[in-house]
Amino acid sequence: MTTGAETTAGRSAEQSAEQRVLERIERARLRKPRVREERVTLAHGAGGKATQTLVEAVFVDAFRNPHLEAMTDGATLTLDGTRTVFTTDTFVVSPLFFPGGDIGDLAVNGTVNDLAVCGARPMYLSAGFVLEEGFPVADLRRIAASMAAAASAAGVSIVTGDTKVVQRGKADGCYVNTAGIGVLERDVALGAAAVRAGDAVLVSGPIGEHGVTIMLARGELDIEADLASDTAPLREPVAALLDAVPGGVRVLRDATRGGVATVLNEIAQAVRLGVVLDEAAVPVAPVVTGACELLGIDPLYVACEGRFVAVVDGEHADAALAALRGHPLGEGAAIVGHVAAEPPGAVLLKTSFGGTRVVDMLVGDPLPRIC
Amino acid sequence: MRFVDEYRDADQARALAAQITALCEPGRRYKFMEVCGGHTHTIYKHGLEDHLPESVELVHGPGCPVCVIPMGRVDDAIAIARHPDVIMTSFGDMMRVPGGGGSFFDAKAEGADIRMVYSPLDALKIARLNPDRRVVFMAIGFETTAPSTAMTVLRAAAEGVENFSVFCNHVTILPAIKAILDSPDLRLDGFLGPGHVSTVIGCRPYGFIPGRYGKPLVCAGFEPLDILQSVHMLLRQLADGRAEVENQYTRVVPWDGNPKALEVIGEVMELRPYFEWRGLGFISQSALRVRDAYAVHDAERVFDVPGVRVADPKACQCGEVLKGVIKPWECKVFGTACTPETPIGTCMVSSEGACAAYYNFGRFTRDRVKEATRA
Amino acid sequence: MCLGIPGEVVELSPDRDDIATVEVVGVRRAVNIGLLAPDGAKPGDWVLVHVGFAMSKIDEAEAAATLDLLRGLGRAYADELEALADSDIT
Repeated sequence: MTTGAETTAGRSAEQSAEQRVLERIERARLRKPRVREERVTLAHGAGGKATQTLVEAVFVDAFRNPHLEAMTDGATLTLDGTRTVFTTDTFVVSPLFFPGGDIGDLAVNGTVNDLAVCGARPMYLSAGFVLEEGFPVADLRRIAASMAAAASAAGVSIVTGDTKVVQRGKADGCYVNTAGIGVLERDVALGAAAVRAGDAVLVSGPIGEHGVTIMLARGELDIEADLASDTAPLREPVAALLDAVPGGVRVLRDATRGGVATVLNEIAQAVRLGVVLDEAAVPVAPVVTGACELLGIDPLYVACEGRFVAVVDGEHADAALAALRGHPLGEGAAIVGHVAAEPPGAVLLKTSFGGTRVVDMLVGDPLPRIC
Repeated sequence: MRFVDEYRDADQARALAAQITALCEPGRRYKFMEVCGGHTHTIYKHGLEDHLPESVELVHGPGCPVCVIPMGRVDDAIAIARHPDVIMTSFGDMMRVPGGGGSFFDAKAEGADIRMVYSPLDALKIARLNPDRRVVFMAIGFETTAPSTAMTVLRAAAEGVENFSVFCNHVTILPAIKAILDSPDLRLDGFLGPGHVSTVIGCRPYGFIPGRYGKPLVCAGFEPLDILQSVHMLLRQLADGRAEVENQYTRVVPWDGNPKALEVIGEVMELRPYFEWRGLGFISQSALRVRDAYAVHDAERVFDVPGVRVADPKACQCGEVLKGVIKPWECKVFGTACTPETPIGTCMVSSEGACAAYYNFGRFTRDRVKEATRA
Repeated sequence: MCLGIPGEVVELSPDRDDIATVEVVGVRRAVNIGLLAPDGAKPGDWVLVHVGFAMSKIDEAEAAATLDLLRGLGRAYADELEALADSDIT
């Protein structure tokens, strides 16, 4: 038998040994990211940790400048006295046509939304196409028509473009790049840096519908569901929010690749604050829940193309929610959590079951699993 | 979702947690192993440990089929996948698991045709649609998954789909549990039995665990209330001085298992004399291979498999972690040579492995989490 | 290991006796029910789905019994709390 004093001493020695290991891990975590792989893998394109590492280690390292290093959805530039936002996005979705949309409206809405969540009014877009030899012109017309419709719905014009054709087998039908510029009409400075403990976290609608739709539309899983992509232009609900709580909105992010979980992790890491989510409050359509349970994936990581995350001053949370719900594209909005001092740089989920778990960033795409 | 939501009720959980606490002997610590990775997943996903008193610790066991695959088998599968006429098919789980020379994802990036499937039947379908290619299914999993592979092989044989084969890595859970029980420094008080394996093998085969080793086992379902109830049943057995096999998951697990599933496994597969488990070493009669009668569908015979062996590094102490003898941070290579980006041992491979979970979340002590979620 | 999800059999395949359509909250997939032989399954049955195969039928009576047991444990706890509260007052 050990005495009480010995046990206590033993335990504290053990605790400090454990503490040393934890500190070593923390130091490793803060080290500059290195790309270990010799070749690019699909994980590097999934929007999670692997993408972050590749972008920081290769592109930010090479292009280094203050605009880029802010790592926002778009760069805010002052051009001849006018505050403008400039952004670009490339679309390689497969299949090209899916329930609720196609690569065309996705390409327009994606860039429009990147501008919108920077607080800008989207104005002009460019469109670049990489086409595979043999691609049906009828499909291209269809894509162009839906781009035109999406542009008109979002109040933007596609004013310049480019077309390249590559040999059969060198691309998957059609890839689209869009770039866009918008004007900052309001005097807002949105950015993760403005986030404070006590702020409220909102999402503008049910999550995961686009990502699950695409997964099912590929047909490989042989799963059917009545589900459509949520692709939509977010300028109007964003404007409604900014008008309703001027000065109360800290940061907006559209929850595309990597989903809501990735966006919130990026915000938490940027300000070294914690985000605490309430699982029961996160809106998820039952059919998305069903598909996610069947495939063993977490809807928090699934892409949306017409939803955004808003962090607002906690005191204005209800007004922000009301403003969002007042717009058809925000009627499913919800307050899903808050910002806290602890745990710095991480996202915690209070589960419906009454427990807690850490919602980490994924390395790559969420993969269907069997175990 | 029916049969799901009702087993995720927070109020029931709190009530059950109080009952669990009441059953714990003051001053005693309890260690239960959840054998199955699915249970580990449930425990993390729902934050189940927050409901348990500190004196009850859950130890994550060896039942994660991708974690226990030795690196050499991954290398062998990649060698097969590199044949230009091969389409390798795999569950999503396997894609990121590293062998000695990279993962399926890495091999895919280098040009191998590796596709994800939801079911082995989908792999067979790919074989039917690509008669000029050889389609291989990377078969992994315990007794739950083996019948599906066996049924698919039977189907391929019946339809004469000769370009379809399976690279069989199916393992059986009982020898692994036995290996853990035989460890001289074992510190476990009981087991949460693998519910879905038990749909196939039933509850009877666990009899030796209380019989020979005196440890109780409760066959547990996969919703969080199932697990809490199973912990309660284990504590009740200990309080009563009993050690038995009990079935909590009666809505899914028949006491005698699924005879048809056992029959198809027996028809298509046979026990290997021994098989290597990552972290646990060679365990005799712990894995399945395809029988001679179905040789044409056995990738190990269709292809010249190199039979790569990558020894677990000596410093890796996954075995001890799995047995609950040491904590992850006490391992010599933890956090230095062995990290989630460069995993050495089985416990670091899957994000739910004990070491990976500790690496990522160890800094969030219960007190800090409570502080953060109070508001 | 072994993700298994409960789903309801909504339709049997007209062409093959080992295939059924199973629905999980609005999500449908063809599932092989060959492992449920010889009893098979019929529309309205709930089954546990794993990698495209029905592994077992869900026993509704047993499910109800488990829930009753859980509720019983919960009630015992609630009664205890109540008793405790009463004893505090007096």
